[in-house]
Amino acid sequence: MKKAGFFTRAWDLYYDGFRQMTLGKTLWLVILIKLFIMFFVLRLLFFPNFLSTHSEKGQEAEFVSSEITNR
Amino acid sequence: MNLLEIDAGMIDWSRAQFALTAIYHWLFVPLTLGLALVMGIMETIYYRTGKEFWKQTAKFWQKLFGVNFAMGVATGLILEFEFGTNWSNYSWFVGDIFGAPLAIEGIVAFFMESTFVAVMFFGWKKVSKGFHLTATWLTGLGATISAWWILVANSWMQHPVGQEFNPETVRNEMVSFSDVALSPVAIDKFIHTVLSAWVLGAIFVAGVSAWYLLKKRHLNFARSSLKISAIVGFASSLLIAVSGDHSAYTVAQTQPMKLAAMEALYDGGNDQGLTIVAAVNPFAQPDYANEKEPGMKIAIPNLLSFLATHDFHGFVPGVNDIIRGYTKDDGTVELPLDEKIHRGQAAITALHNYRLGKQNGDETVMREEGAILKENMAYFGYGYIKDADQIVPYIPVCFYAFRIMVGGGCLFILLFALILFYLRKGKDILRPRWLLHAAFWCIPLAYIVSECGWLVAEFGRQPWTIQDMLPTWVGVSDLQSSSVVTTFFLFLILFTTLLIVEFNILRKQIKKGPDLGEE
Repeated sequence: MKKAGFFTRAWDLYYDGFRQMTLGKTLWLVILIKLFIMFFVLRLLFFPNFLSTHSEKGQEAEFVSSEITNR
Repeated sequence: MNLLEIDAGMIDWSRAQFALTAIYHWLFVPLTLGLALVMGIMETIYYRTGKEFWKQTAKFWQKLFGVNFAMGVATGLILEFEFGTNWSNYSWFVGDIFGAPLAIEGIVAFFMESTFVAVMFFGWKKVSKGFHLTATWLTGLGATISAWWILVANSWMQHPVGQEFNPETVRNEMVSFSDVALSPVAIDKFIHTVLSAWVLGAIFVAGVSAWYLLKKRHLNFARSSLKISAIVGFASSLLIAVSGDHSAYTVAQTQPMKLAAMEALYDGGNDQGLTIVAAVNPFAQPDYANEKEPGMKIAIPNLLSFLATHDFHGFVPGVNDIIRGYTKDDGTVELPLDEKIHRGQAAITALHNYRLGKQNGDETVMREEGAILKENMAYFGYGYIKDADQIVPYIPVCFYAFRIMVGGGCLFILLFALILFYLRKGKDILRPRWLLHAAFWCIPLAYIVSECGWLVAEFGRQPWTIQDMLPTWVGVSDLQSSSVVTTFFLFLILFTTLLIVEFNILRKQIKKGPDLGEE
């Protein structure tokens, strides 16, 4: 029988691995919930990039120099 | 903007939030690194002996590794959110230095760990024994390399080297990658941290195995796991004592104030002893300016001098020496704080004038002010210091966290030595139940000790976000303290929930035990 190629075997590894997961399913659920909270709740709502919201693009150096030389 | 407009509460909340996130992240990292070594050894034994028992043993610990890995994954990213939001001045100021190690860390972590961790978990029946073993070791190696780059970035903050400040961009720019990547602080920190993770991993395995022995379940499995963990733990905890000695020397050379705070050493001198215990008030900064030393101090004569200088009679500066200035054993002079403040102010003024010169297109001003800035840049951060108290870390935390770390380390050496003693031929490891109970209860203790190591490292460098360059109150963004408080408590709830989830999954898997067939 002809041996499957590298990519086919790699696909099988992941496909069968994910299909046969038991505990892994719970862990992936926790990971996905965590990533959703981190990137779509915390990042978007609570952690804006301070510099990009307080200085114009390309003017960050001016903004930071003003901040650190006047404190 | 004036300093008075920056809310002191906001600075503390931003620090507390960063500390909370780092402490939480650090709950997962050491177990990942430690279990990777233990399970790698177990799988290697399976590879060499071909015994199914070792395969199942390795698979069980890999399962617990997987739970910890999944819970810890991406928790470090929150720190990067905080850099951009809470510490924007700092992030801009160091961006180019921090960017390279963190980018390498991200790439290594993503490609190496995500590739080989999949082979490790999914590949038992799909790949050869040798390839699977390689994937297991490479998963651990990937995590360890990740730790290396994170610690390189952290070490640069503790001891900035290999950079030059560019007033044009207001950023530090890397001029020597090797100086940054191979700084002595980074090497010491990496070795000490990874060894501490191996100790924690070994204690986790020993503690869980002890629990099985106490419950008289999976006895062969528990004995074998206990033996491997005790060997790994004993060797690692002895090595960590050696690396700790070297770290103390490096700290003495690069961050003498941290060492003075760890030792509650107010007035230094030659022939300094290493404090074992002393009555340092845990709830208030001591009056170091007027007290000679903490009360009821018991010390090992000359040992601090030896640790700090490799000479039993060497000079170790105390808090007041550092404030007043002192001459080192090699004859070089450490400037008094007043002079450092003067030079720091000159550097800040020079940067201000340089930027004005740039706005006005005055190249002469830019050249002259740039030269003044370069000459005084090493003291830049001192220009923000108004009072000597500001450069002294909170001594009680440094003092007690250091002693918990060292005391715990000594206890773990003893624990592993005793386990190895009882595991010798002819001894019954089930008999000394107190030892099994001790091994089990050392699991939470190991986490406390591990976190104390971070407390020493991070509290000890206060007030600096970057040593001597940028204090916390300048690195922080001008946010509303209410928004930082909100996110602090959001994190607290999120982290606590995740921790409970992880603990429950781990507990269930441990109670279920390994799949050893008819054992």
